[in-house]
Amino acid sequence: MLQSDRREFLKLAGMAGVAFTAGLLPGERASAQAADFHFVQFSDTHWGYSGAANPDAENTLAKAVATVNGLSRQPDFIVFTGDLTHTTDDPKLRRERMKRFREIVSALAVKDVRFMPGEHDASLDKGEAYREFFGAPYYTFDHKGTHFIALDNVSDPAAKLGDEQLAWLAADLKQRKPDDRIIVLTHRPLFDLQPQWDWTTADGAKAIELLMPHKNVAVFYGHIHQEHHHMTGHIAHHAANSLIFALPAPGSQPKRAPLAYDAATPGKGLGTRDVSVADKVTLVELPVTRG
Amino acid sequence: MQRRTMVALLTGGVLGAARLAADAPAEIRISAKKFEFHPDKVTARVGRPVTLVLTSEDRIHGFKMPDFGLRADIVPGQETRLTLVPDKPGRFAFLCDVFCGDGHEDMEGVLVVDT
Repeated sequence: MLQSDRREFLKLAGMAGVAFTAGLLPGERASAQAADFHFVQFSDTHWGYSGAANPDAENTLAKAVATVNGLSRQPDFIVFTGDLTHTTDDPKLRRERMKRFREIVSALAVKDVRFMPGEHDASLDKGEAYREFFGAPYYTFDHKGTHFIALDNVSDPAAKLGDEQLAWLAADLKQRKPDDRIIVLTHRPLFDLQPQWDWTTADGAKAIELLMPHKNVAVFYGHIHQEHHHMTGHIAHHAANSLIFALPAPGSQPKRAPLAYDAATPGKGLGTRDVSVADKVTLVELPVTRG
Repeated sequence: MQRRTMVALLTGGVLGAARLAADAPAEIRISAKKFEFHPDKVTARVGRPVTLVLTSEDRIHGFKMPDFGLRADIVPGQETRLTLVPDKPGRFAFLCDVFCGDGHEDMEGVLVVDT
Protein backbone atom coordinates (compact mmCIF):
# COMPACT_ATOMS: atom_id res chain seq x y z
CA MET A 1 0.00 0.00 0.00
CA LEU A 2 1.39 3.41 -0.90
CA GLN A 3 2.05 5.38 2.24
CA SER A 4 0.04 8.35 1.05
CA ASP A 5 -2.92 6.09 0.27
CA ARG A 6 -2.65 4.50 3.68
CA ARG A 7 -2.46 7.83 5.51
CA GLU A 8 -5.46 9.10 3.58
CA PHE A 9 -7.39 5.92 4.27
CA LEU A 10 -6.58 5.93 7.99
CA LYS A 11 -7.58 9.56 8.22
CA LEU A 12 -10.93 8.78 6.61
CA ALA A 13 -11.64 5.40 8.06
CA GLY A 14 -9.73 4.87 11.29
CA MET A 15 -7.69 1.87 12.43
CA ALA A 16 -7.68 -0.25 15.55
CA GLY A 17 -4.88 -2.55 16.65
CA VAL A 18 -3.71 -5.31 14.34
CA ALA A 19 -7.09 -5.58 12.76
CA PHE A 20 -7.99 -3.03 10.13
CA THR A 21 -11.18 -1.22 11.05
CA ALA A 22 -12.80 0.55 8.19
CA GLY A 23 -15.71 2.94 8.35
CA LEU A 24 -18.54 1.18 6.59
CA LEU A 25 -20.95 3.36 8.48
CA PRO A 26 -19.45 6.83 8.66
CA GLY A 27 -21.28 8.88 11.20
CA GLU A 28 -24.48 6.98 11.73
CA ARG A 29 -25.97 3.56 12.31
CA ALA A 30 -27.21 1.53 9.42
CA SER A 31 -30.70 0.15 9.17
CA ALA A 32 -32.00 -0.99 12.51
CA GLN A 33 -32.59 -4.52 11.26
CA ALA A 34 -28.92 -5.09 10.36
CA ALA A 35 -27.15 -7.64 12.58
CA ASP A 36 -23.46 -8.33 13.15
CA PHE A 37 -21.70 -11.19 11.39
CA HIS A 38 -18.45 -12.12 9.72
CA PHE A 39 -17.31 -13.73 6.50
CA VAL A 40 -14.01 -14.87 5.01
CA GLN A 41 -12.60 -13.63 1.70
CA PHE A 42 -10.41 -15.86 -0.48
CA SER A 43 -8.97 -14.34 -3.64
CA ASP A 44 -6.70 -15.14 -6.55
CA THR A 45 -6.13 -18.80 -5.81
CA HIS A 46 -4.97 -19.40 -9.43
CA TRP A 47 -5.40 -23.15 -9.24
CA GLY A 48 -3.24 -24.67 -12.00
CA TYR A 49 -0.41 -22.15 -11.76
CA SER A 50 3.08 -23.55 -11.69
CA GLY A 51 6.17 -21.41 -11.53
CA ALA A 52 9.01 -20.09 -9.48
CA ALA A 53 6.86 -17.56 -7.65
CA ASN A 54 5.26 -20.36 -5.64
CA PRO A 55 6.97 -23.77 -5.53
CA ASP A 56 4.19 -24.95 -3.19
CA ALA A 57 1.40 -23.97 -5.58
CA GLU A 58 -0.20 -27.42 -5.54
CA ASN A 59 -0.71 -27.27 -1.78
CA THR A 60 -1.35 -23.63 -0.89
CA LEU A 61 -5.09 -23.68 -1.55
CA ALA A 62 -5.65 -26.85 0.49
CA LYS A 63 -3.59 -25.35 3.34
CA ALA A 64 -5.70 -22.19 3.26
CA VAL A 65 -8.88 -24.30 3.40
CA ALA A 66 -7.46 -26.11 6.45
CA THR A 67 -6.51 -22.78 8.05
CA VAL A 68 -10.02 -21.40 7.67
CA ASN A 69 -11.55 -24.68 8.86
CA GLY A 70 -9.42 -24.27 11.98
CA LEU A 71 -10.84 -20.88 12.93
CA SER A 72 -12.42 -21.10 16.34
CA ARG A 73 -15.26 -18.87 15.23
CA GLN A 74 -16.42 -20.11 11.84
CA PRO A 75 -17.61 -17.47 9.37
CA ASP A 76 -21.24 -17.14 8.32
CA PHE A 77 -20.13 -17.62 4.71
CA ILE A 78 -17.10 -17.48 2.43
CA VAL A 79 -16.49 -15.50 -0.77
CA PHE A 80 -13.94 -16.05 -3.54
CA THR A 81 -13.25 -12.81 -5.41
CA GLY A 82 -11.97 -14.24 -8.67
CA ASP A 83 -9.04 -15.88 -10.43
CA LEU A 84 -10.10 -19.20 -8.96
CA THR A 85 -8.00 -20.88 -11.66
CA HIS A 86 -4.95 -19.90 -13.65
CA THR A 87 -5.65 -19.17 -17.28
CA THR A 88 -5.09 -21.62 -20.11
CA ASP A 89 -5.86 -21.48 -23.84
CA ASP A 90 -7.12 -25.08 -23.66
CA PRO A 91 -10.90 -25.17 -22.91
CA LYS A 92 -10.66 -28.77 -21.67
CA LEU A 93 -7.84 -27.99 -19.27
CA ARG A 94 -9.70 -24.88 -18.10
CA ARG A 95 -12.64 -27.08 -17.08
CA GLU A 96 -10.35 -29.65 -15.45
CA ARG A 97 -8.84 -26.88 -13.35
CA MET A 98 -12.26 -25.59 -12.33
CA LYS A 99 -13.38 -29.11 -11.43
CA ARG A 100 -10.31 -29.72 -9.28
CA PHE A 101 -10.60 -26.28 -7.67
CA ARG A 102 -14.19 -27.03 -6.75
CA GLU A 103 -13.19 -30.38 -5.26
CA ILE A 104 -10.52 -28.77 -3.06
CA VAL A 105 -12.75 -26.01 -1.72
CA SER A 106 -15.56 -28.49 -1.09
CA ALA A 107 -13.53 -29.39 2.01
CA LEU A 108 -14.45 -26.06 3.58
CA ALA A 109 -16.46 -26.66 6.73
CA VAL A 110 -18.69 -23.69 5.92
CA LYS A 111 -20.91 -24.66 3.02
CA ASP A 112 -22.31 -21.23 2.14
CA VAL A 113 -19.68 -20.27 -0.45
CA ARG A 114 -20.02 -17.54 -3.09
CA PHE A 115 -17.83 -17.36 -6.18
CA MET A 116 -16.89 -14.60 -8.60
CA PRO A 117 -14.79 -14.88 -11.76
CA GLY A 118 -11.42 -13.29 -12.46
CA GLU A 119 -9.96 -12.62 -15.88
CA HIS A 120 -7.96 -15.85 -15.66
CA ASP A 121 -11.23 -17.79 -15.31
CA ALA A 122 -13.44 -15.95 -17.72
CA SER A 123 -11.80 -13.53 -20.14
CA LEU A 124 -10.72 -16.01 -22.84
CA ASP A 125 -14.18 -17.56 -23.32
CA LYS A 126 -16.35 -14.68 -22.06
CA GLY A 127 -17.21 -16.65 -18.94
CA GLU A 128 -18.59 -19.77 -20.64
CA ALA A 129 -16.70 -22.38 -18.58
CA TYR A 130 -17.07 -20.32 -15.40
CA ARG A 131 -20.86 -20.27 -15.74
CA GLU A 132 -20.95 -24.03 -16.29
CA PHE A 133 -19.22 -24.62 -12.95
CA PHE A 134 -20.17 -21.66 -10.77
CA GLY A 135 -23.31 -20.10 -12.22
CA ALA A 136 -24.10 -16.45 -12.82
CA PRO A 137 -21.05 -14.16 -12.79
CA TYR A 138 -22.97 -11.27 -11.23
CA TYR A 139 -25.75 -11.47 -8.68
CA THR A 140 -26.94 -10.22 -5.30
CA PHE A 141 -27.69 -11.82 -1.97
CA ASP A 142 -28.68 -10.58 1.45
CA HIS A 143 -27.32 -11.59 4.81
CA LYS A 144 -28.51 -10.33 8.18
CA GLY A 145 -29.60 -6.98 6.83
CA THR A 146 -26.60 -6.37 4.59
CA HIS A 147 -27.06 -6.34 0.82
CA PHE A 148 -24.23 -7.97 -1.15
CA ILE A 149 -23.65 -7.20 -4.83
CA ALA A 150 -21.23 -9.38 -6.81
CA LEU A 151 -20.05 -7.60 -9.97
CA ASP A 152 -18.37 -9.15 -13.01
CA ASN A 153 -15.66 -6.95 -14.54
CA VAL A 154 -13.78 -9.76 -16.29
CA SER A 155 -16.06 -11.74 -18.63
CA ASP A 156 -15.54 -8.91 -21.08
CA PRO A 157 -11.80 -9.27 -21.83
CA ALA A 158 -11.55 -5.48 -22.04
CA ALA A 159 -12.36 -5.32 -18.31
CA LYS A 160 -15.76 -3.71 -18.63
CA LEU A 161 -18.89 -4.17 -16.59
CA GLY A 162 -20.86 -3.22 -19.65
CA ASP A 163 -24.08 -1.26 -20.10
CA GLU A 164 -26.34 -4.24 -19.39
CA GLN A 165 -24.74 -4.99 -16.02
CA LEU A 166 -24.63 -1.30 -15.11
CA ALA A 167 -28.35 -1.01 -15.83
CA TRP A 168 -28.93 -4.10 -13.68
CA LEU A 169 -26.87 -2.50 -10.89
CA ALA A 170 -28.79 0.77 -11.14
CA ALA A 171 -32.12 -1.09 -10.93
CA ASP A 172 -30.94 -3.04 -7.89
CA LEU A 173 -29.70 0.06 -6.09
CA LYS A 174 -33.01 1.81 -6.67
CA GLN A 175 -34.56 -0.73 -4.33
CA ARG A 176 -32.12 0.11 -1.52
CA LYS A 177 -32.60 2.77 1.11
CA PRO A 178 -29.86 5.41 1.34
CA ASP A 179 -28.52 4.06 4.64
CA ASP A 180 -28.71 0.33 3.87
CA ARG A 181 -25.51 -1.62 4.39
CA ILE A 182 -24.13 -2.52 0.96
CA ILE A 183 -21.04 -4.62 0.30
CA VAL A 184 -19.79 -4.96 -3.26
CA LEU A 185 -17.66 -7.95 -4.22
CA THR A 186 -15.69 -7.96 -7.43
CA HIS A 187 -12.36 -8.98 -8.93
CA ARG A 188 -10.68 -5.90 -10.36
CA PRO A 189 -10.50 -2.50 -8.65
CA LEU A 190 -13.46 -0.36 -9.67
CA PHE A 191 -11.28 2.75 -9.43
CA ASP A 192 -8.09 3.65 -11.31
CA LEU A 193 -5.59 2.19 -8.89
CA GLN A 194 -2.68 1.85 -11.34
CA PRO A 195 -3.80 2.19 -14.97
CA GLN A 196 -0.23 1.69 -16.22
CA TRP A 197 -0.49 -1.86 -14.84
CA ASP A 198 -4.10 -2.27 -15.95
CA TRP A 199 -5.24 -2.23 -12.32
CA THR A 200 -8.57 -0.66 -13.08
CA THR A 201 -12.02 -1.37 -14.55
CA ALA A 202 -12.67 0.38 -17.84
CA ASP A 203 -16.12 1.60 -16.79
CA GLY A 204 -15.70 1.20 -13.04
CA ALA A 205 -16.28 4.92 -12.47
CA LYS A 206 -19.87 4.44 -13.63
CA ALA A 207 -20.45 1.81 -10.93
CA ILE A 208 -18.93 4.07 -8.27
CA GLU A 209 -21.17 6.90 -9.44
CA LEU A 210 -24.21 4.67 -8.98
CA LEU A 211 -23.04 3.65 -5.49
CA MET A 212 -22.13 7.15 -4.36
CA PRO A 213 -25.63 8.20 -3.13
CA HIS A 214 -25.58 5.25 -0.72
CA LYS A 215 -24.04 6.09 2.63
CA ASN A 216 -22.82 2.69 3.81
CA VAL A 217 -20.86 1.00 1.07
CA ALA A 218 -17.64 -1.01 1.07
CA VAL A 219 -16.01 -2.84 -1.82
CA PHE A 220 -13.94 -6.02 -1.49
CA TYR A 221 -11.87 -7.12 -4.45
CA GLY A 222 -8.74 -9.02 -5.51
CA HIS A 223 -6.63 -8.96 -8.70
CA ILE A 224 -3.66 -7.06 -7.26
CA HIS A 225 -2.46 -9.87 -4.95
CA GLN A 226 -1.90 -7.71 -1.88
CA GLU A 227 -3.73 -5.98 0.92
CA HIS A 228 -4.63 -2.47 -0.15
CA HIS A 229 -7.11 0.13 1.09
CA HIS A 230 -8.41 3.16 -0.72
CA MET A 231 -11.29 5.60 -0.43
CA THR A 232 -13.34 7.09 -3.26
CA GLY A 233 -15.31 9.68 -1.33
CA HIS A 234 -16.98 7.79 1.52
CA ILE A 235 -16.68 4.39 -0.20
CA ALA A 236 -13.90 2.12 1.08
CA HIS A 237 -12.19 -0.32 -1.30
CA HIS A 238 -10.25 -3.24 0.20
CA ALA A 239 -8.01 -5.48 -1.91
CA ALA A 240 -7.12 -8.93 -0.61
CA ASN A 241 -3.97 -11.00 -0.58
CA SER A 242 -3.63 -13.81 -3.08
CA LEU A 243 -3.07 -17.48 -2.38
CA ILE A 244 -0.52 -18.01 -5.14
CA PHE A 245 2.03 -15.16 -5.19
CA ALA A 246 2.31 -11.56 -4.09
CA LEU A 247 2.61 -8.65 -6.51
CA PRO A 248 4.52 -5.40 -5.92
CA ALA A 249 2.92 -2.29 -4.49
CA PRO A 250 1.24 -0.20 -7.21
CA GLY A 251 3.87 1.67 -9.23
CA SER A 252 6.70 0.66 -6.92
CA GLN A 253 8.76 -0.88 -9.71
CA PRO A 254 8.75 -0.77 -13.51
CA LYS A 255 6.98 -4.10 -14.02
CA ARG A 256 4.10 -5.81 -12.22
CA ALA A 257 6.08 -9.06 -11.97
CA PRO A 258 5.41 -11.42 -9.03
CA LEU A 259 7.54 -10.90 -5.96
CA ALA A 260 10.26 -13.52 -5.67
CA TYR A 261 9.50 -16.55 -3.53
CA ASP A 262 11.46 -16.50 -0.29
CA ALA A 263 12.16 -20.02 1.00
CA ALA A 264 12.92 -18.55 4.44
CA THR A 265 9.39 -17.17 4.71
CA PRO A 266 7.15 -19.40 2.58
CA GLY A 267 3.65 -18.05 2.37
CA LYS A 268 4.75 -14.48 3.03
CA GLY A 269 2.20 -12.09 1.57
CA LEU A 270 -0.33 -14.86 0.97
CA GLY A 271 -3.52 -15.55 2.86
CA THR A 272 -7.20 -15.03 3.34
CA ARG A 273 -9.06 -12.45 5.39
CA ASP A 274 -11.79 -12.40 7.99
CA VAL A 275 -14.27 -9.56 7.65
CA SER A 276 -16.46 -8.64 10.62
CA VAL A 277 -19.45 -6.48 9.79
CA ALA A 278 -20.99 -4.41 12.56
CA ASP A 279 -21.17 -0.64 12.90
CA LYS A 280 -17.63 -0.86 11.53
CA VAL A 281 -16.04 -3.30 9.15
CA THR A 282 -13.04 -4.96 10.79
CA LEU A 283 -10.54 -6.85 8.67
CA VAL A 284 -8.17 -9.46 10.06
CA GLU A 285 -5.63 -10.91 7.64
CA LEU A 286 -5.23 -14.68 7.97
CA PRO A 287 -1.86 -16.10 6.90
CA VAL A 288 -1.79 -19.69 5.66
CA THR A 289 -0.75 -21.65 8.72
CA ARG A 290 -2.06 -25.21 8.34
CA GLY A 291 0.12 -27.74 6.56
CA MET B 1 25.20 22.50 -66.44
CA GLN B 2 22.52 19.95 -66.91
CA ARG B 3 23.96 17.92 -64.05
CA ARG B 4 24.02 20.98 -61.76
CA THR B 5 20.35 21.66 -62.50
CA MET B 6 19.48 18.08 -61.81
CA VAL B 7 21.26 18.20 -58.40
CA ALA B 8 19.46 21.45 -57.55
CA LEU B 9 16.11 19.93 -58.45
CA LEU B 10 16.83 16.84 -56.44
CA THR B 11 17.97 18.93 -53.51
CA GLY B 12 14.87 21.08 -53.74
CA GLY B 13 12.78 17.94 -53.84
CA VAL B 14 14.45 16.51 -50.78
CA LEU B 15 14.11 19.79 -48.86
CA GLY B 16 10.45 20.02 -49.84
CA ALA B 17 9.83 16.49 -48.66
CA ALA B 18 11.63 17.27 -45.42
CA ARG B 19 9.42 20.33 -44.92
CA LEU B 20 6.32 18.24 -45.53
CA ALA B 21 7.63 15.57 -43.16
CA ALA B 22 8.12 18.17 -40.43
CA ASP B 23 4.45 19.12 -40.67
CA ALA B 24 3.02 15.61 -40.96
CA PRO B 25 3.12 13.24 -37.99
CA ALA B 26 5.95 10.78 -38.03
CA GLU B 27 4.69 7.22 -38.25
CA ILE B 28 5.79 4.52 -35.85
CA ARG B 29 4.61 1.01 -36.64
CA ILE B 30 4.00 -1.32 -33.71
CA SER B 31 2.99 -4.93 -34.19
CA ALA B 32 1.19 -6.90 -31.47
CA LYS B 33 1.09 -10.63 -30.86
CA LYS B 34 0.82 -12.84 -27.78
CA PHE B 35 2.47 -11.59 -25.55
CA GLU B 36 4.57 -8.76 -26.91
CA PHE B 37 4.66 -5.53 -28.80
CA HIS B 38 7.32 -5.14 -31.47
CA PRO B 39 9.09 -2.87 -31.02
CA ASP B 40 8.42 -2.53 -27.31
CA LYS B 41 10.40 0.69 -27.05
CA VAL B 42 9.68 3.63 -29.35
CA THR B 43 10.88 7.22 -29.26
CA ALA B 44 9.40 10.63 -30.01
CA ARG B 45 10.25 14.30 -29.46
CA VAL B 46 8.38 16.86 -27.39
CA GLY B 47 6.05 18.89 -29.58
CA ARG B 48 6.45 16.67 -32.65
CA PRO B 49 3.28 14.85 -33.68
CA VAL B 50 3.59 11.12 -34.06
CA THR B 51 1.14 8.54 -35.37
CA LEU B 52 1.27 5.04 -33.92
CA VAL B 53 0.25 2.52 -36.55
CA LEU B 54 -0.88 -0.59 -34.69
CA THR B 55 -1.41 -4.04 -36.18
CA SER B 56 -2.01 -7.49 -34.73
CA GLU B 57 -0.49 -10.74 -35.94
CA ASP B 58 -2.81 -13.12 -34.14
CA ARG B 59 -5.90 -11.96 -32.21
CA ILE B 60 -7.54 -8.85 -30.77
CA HIS B 61 -5.25 -7.02 -28.43
CA GLY B 62 -5.61 -3.70 -26.71
CA PHE B 63 -3.32 -0.70 -26.74
CA LYS B 64 -3.48 1.60 -23.74
CA MET B 65 -1.19 4.51 -22.90
CA PRO B 66 -2.76 6.00 -19.76
CA ASP B 67 -0.47 9.03 -19.52
CA PHE B 68 -1.83 10.34 -22.84
CA GLY B 69 -5.36 9.03 -22.41
CA LEU B 70 -4.96 6.77 -25.43
CA ARG B 71 -6.55 3.38 -25.94
CA ALA B 72 -7.77 1.32 -28.86
CA ASP B 73 -8.47 -2.23 -29.88
CA ILE B 74 -5.96 -3.74 -32.29
CA VAL B 75 -7.88 -6.00 -34.66
CA PRO B 76 -6.12 -8.47 -36.98
CA GLY B 77 -6.25 -7.40 -40.60
CA GLN B 78 -6.71 -3.74 -39.75
CA GLU B 79 -4.41 -0.81 -39.09
CA THR B 80 -5.28 1.17 -35.98
CA ARG B 81 -3.83 4.68 -36.05
CA LEU B 82 -3.41 6.85 -32.96
CA THR B 83 -1.87 10.31 -33.22
CA LEU B 84 -0.42 12.20 -30.30
CA VAL B 85 1.76 15.24 -29.71
CA PRO B 86 3.96 14.58 -26.67
CA ASP B 87 3.93 17.63 -24.44
CA LYS B 88 6.47 16.45 -21.88
CA PRO B 89 9.66 14.41 -21.83
CA GLY B 90 9.82 11.09 -20.03
CA ARG B 91 9.09 7.39 -20.26
CA PHE B 92 5.45 6.48 -20.74
CA ALA B 93 4.19 2.92 -20.44
CA PHE B 94 1.81 1.28 -22.89
CA LEU B 95 0.20 -2.09 -22.40
CA CYS B 96 -2.30 -4.57 -23.76
CA ASP B 97 -5.61 -4.13 -21.93
CA VAL B 98 -7.57 -6.92 -23.63
CA PHE B 99 -6.80 -10.10 -21.72
CA CYS B 100 -5.06 -12.45 -24.15
CA GLY B 101 -3.77 -15.37 -22.06
CA ASP B 102 -0.99 -16.57 -19.83
CA GLY B 103 1.58 -13.86 -20.44
CA HIS B 104 -0.88 -11.01 -20.95
CA GLU B 105 0.52 -9.24 -17.91
CA ASP B 106 3.94 -9.08 -19.62
CA MET B 107 2.63 -7.46 -22.80
CA GLU B 108 3.82 -3.91 -22.43
CA GLY B 109 6.19 -1.35 -23.84
CA VAL B 110 7.43 2.20 -23.37
CA LEU B 111 7.36 5.46 -25.32
CA VAL B 112 10.48 7.50 -24.61
CA VAL B 113 9.94 11.21 -25.26
CA ASP B 114 13.06 13.37 -25.62
CA THR B 115 13.24 17.14 -25.62
